[in-house]
Amino acid sequence: MFKIICKKELAQEITQITVEVPLVAKKAKAGQFVVIIIDERGERIPLTLADWDKDKGTINLIFQQVGFTTEKLGRLNPGDYIEHILGPLGHPTEVKKIGTVICIGGGVGIAEVYPVSRAFKEAGNRVIGIIGSRSKELLILEDKMRETCDELFITTDDGSYSRKGFVTDALKDLFDVVEKSTHTKYPDLVYCIGPVPMMKAVSELTKNYGIKTIVSLNPIMVDATGMCGSCRCTVGGKTVFGCVDGPDFDAHQVDFEELEKRLKLFKNQEDKIKGQS
Amino acid sequence: MRNKIPQQPAKVRIKNFFEVALGFSKSEAEKEAARCLQCKDVACVKGCPVEIDIPAFIKLIKEGKRKEAQALIKEKNNLPAICGRVCPQEDQCEATCVLNKKKIPINIGALERYAADYELNQLSVVSCQLLDKNNLKTENRQLKTDKVAVVGSGPAGLTCAADLAKMGYQVTLFESLHLPGGVLMYGIPEFRLPKKIVRNEVDYIKSLGVDIKTDTLIGNTYSLQDLFSRGSGIPPEAGKEGFQSIFIGTGAGLPQFLGIPGENLDRVYSANEFLTRVNLMKAYKFPEYATPINIGQKVVVIGGGNVAFDCARVALRLGRQVTLVYRRTENEMPARKEEIQNAKDEGVPFKILTQPIRIIDDGRGFVGGLECIAMELGEPDASGRRRPVPIKDSNFILEVDTVIVAIGQNPNPLLPKATVGLKTKEDGTIWVDENFMTSLPGVFAGGDIISGADTVISAMGAGKKAAVAIDKYIKSVTSKPVTSN
Repeated sequence: MFKIICKKELAQEITQITVEVPLVAKKAKAGQFVVIIIDERGERIPLTLADWDKDKGTINLIFQQVGFTTEKLGRLNPGDYIEHILGPLGHPTEVKKIGTVICIGGGVGIAEVYPVSRAFKEAGNRVIGIIGSRSKELLILEDKMRETCDELFITTDDGSYSRKGFVTDALKDLFDVVEKSTHTKYPDLVYCIGPVPMMKAVSELTKNYGIKTIVSLNPIMVDATGMCGSCRCTVGGKTVFGCVDGPDFDAHQVDFEELEKRLKLFKNQEDKIKGQS
Repeated sequence: MRNKIPQQPAKVRIKNFFEVALGFSKSEAEKEAARCLQCKDVACVKGCPVEIDIPAFIKLIKEGKRKEAQALIKEKNNLPAICGRVCPQEDQCEATCVLNKKKIPINIGALERYAADYELNQLSVVSCQLLDKNNLKTENRQLKTDKVAVVGSGPAGLTCAADLAKMGYQVTLFESLHLPGGVLMYGIPEFRLPKKIVRNEVDYIKSLGVDIKTDTLIGNTYSLQDLFSRGSGIPPEAGKEGFQSIFIGTGAGLPQFLGIPGENLDRVYSANEFLTRVNLMKAYKFPEYATPINIGQKVVVIGGGNVAFDCARVALRLGRQVTLVYRRTENEMPARKEEIQNAKDEGVPFKILTQPIRIIDDGRGFVGGLECIAMELGEPDASGRRRPVPIKDSNFILEVDTVIVAIGQNPNPLLPKATVGLKTKEDGTIWVDENFMTSLPGVFAGGDIISGADTVISAMGAGKKAAVAIDKYIKSVTSKPVTSN
């Protein structure tokens, strides 16, 4: 049983909870995730670690209320308990000093790109952040990203805030600047996490420029310890398990179409119980 | 005549998840027990990986002493209600039973189950716990201060933990899933091994003083080094000292796939995923339970082992049309005869000498069919079974919309990968010496993680032997003066 000690509505239907999980907080590294089960009849769902405090023994989870389990999670309050939390899971993001890193987060993926950006910054890199959401009301963690990144660019699909367009538009802007200038250069690495179409678009763009790009994949999981293969993805023509081989992979090798199809496997069942939690 | 265990009729049982085998009544059990010849040279015991005193417990059953029979079994076997149900007795004790020469061996499995189920029917778990605790405290054991960590709560881990606790060690059992039991919980279906039975056996292990920590993935939540380290306070309840020794029983949980085109289509499942969703997460009760399963109407299960049969019979109980595809013939199937017969009685058709070569996309990313090739048996291979050879131009398409791949599991690679210096073999199993000690001093391993996928009872046998070796090891290191730390 893991106690929720704090809850914050970050945006419409995007919620942050702080939970006491000392063992996970102690070991957590950027890029890792946990699996939670809310109660006895709950399903196992993976959630990326948005932040953690080793001293207080707490972790932050940020989630969008999009289905049965996340809606139920969203209704829990400080003082309530989550029955099971397992973690930290997956390989941490490989963080080294390499120069300039562009960290891209889309939607609730911003929550996940934040600790990665921070880790790259702490390792001595110049970090450029690009975060995007559908509209101003759905944008989260702008302040934290601004604190962390050397430069931050924001896009909204509807233009209600900052640059109108997608994160790829902002990324292309940056590349255009490099192309025209003599004293700037292309980034050494692009790290991206968000909806699959966004990661796919970013990957296609950076591939043209030959810039190494890492994406954090979010396939469906059950045990998340390498036992079921629910999370299998194709990377470089080979089947890998998102949970134990990832979640970070070389974007240019990922079969995004397959991932998108596999993410829809339970759509009918999910629709059936959505709103009933 | 050998007395068979009564079963739910096939027509009824395919519509429910209740146990297929119903267990002996008192009179049936005593009648079967009376057939035992009480041989002096105990051939049956030699066939038992954990060396239960079989004639002795059968005699007790015959005399109506069910409780005493259970206590006697539990001296050697910590999980008798499980073994009575899932052990391949026909290859072990019943194979060596003298009466097997006349093909009428004693139904030892059913008798073990009869004795083991005693407390299920007669006593509450709580009073049993008290009974066990009192017995153990006063008679059998002196509590020690030494701590042992056991990683993985499947058959090997549960057995090792129980035996060490009986010796007086303070044992912490770590499990990555949210419920203890390993394959007994996630793998073997309810109708073959009711989860209530597993819970009951796990409660017995707890009553011996074993502390079970679920939701803890060794390799991630703690490293092996963390478990050893003194003063780390991990786990906080273990006090300031680390564990003296560690047993790894993490099993064979890595699913094998066929490596054919289309295997990542939607509605292609590994046996592990299918069974975990249905058994552990109770997807068959969706939406009462939140975990979904998405299968079509025509399911094909690929494989011929117990796991394949479990999958086929689960799919059948979910109301689906099921076909089992196997590349050799029924004779070569590694599954228990009993399970093969049960599946036949339930109406599962087998498509033998058939090798899948491609899973067809229905155009939306789902399974639209399974292309197969017919096989014939050639020369014997390394396993001694005749090798299946494809027949040229014999391709055909099975019209199915769901594929379950049940062709075996490999050792779980997570902990070896996360642990520097833990030696593994080419097949991914952890290397151990003749005393079950790994390449890391004080770290032992047993069960499927050292042998590859095998039976529940062989994992239990390894857990038992490792417990003895761990006891020896701890005694040898604690008798030496401590010079460091």
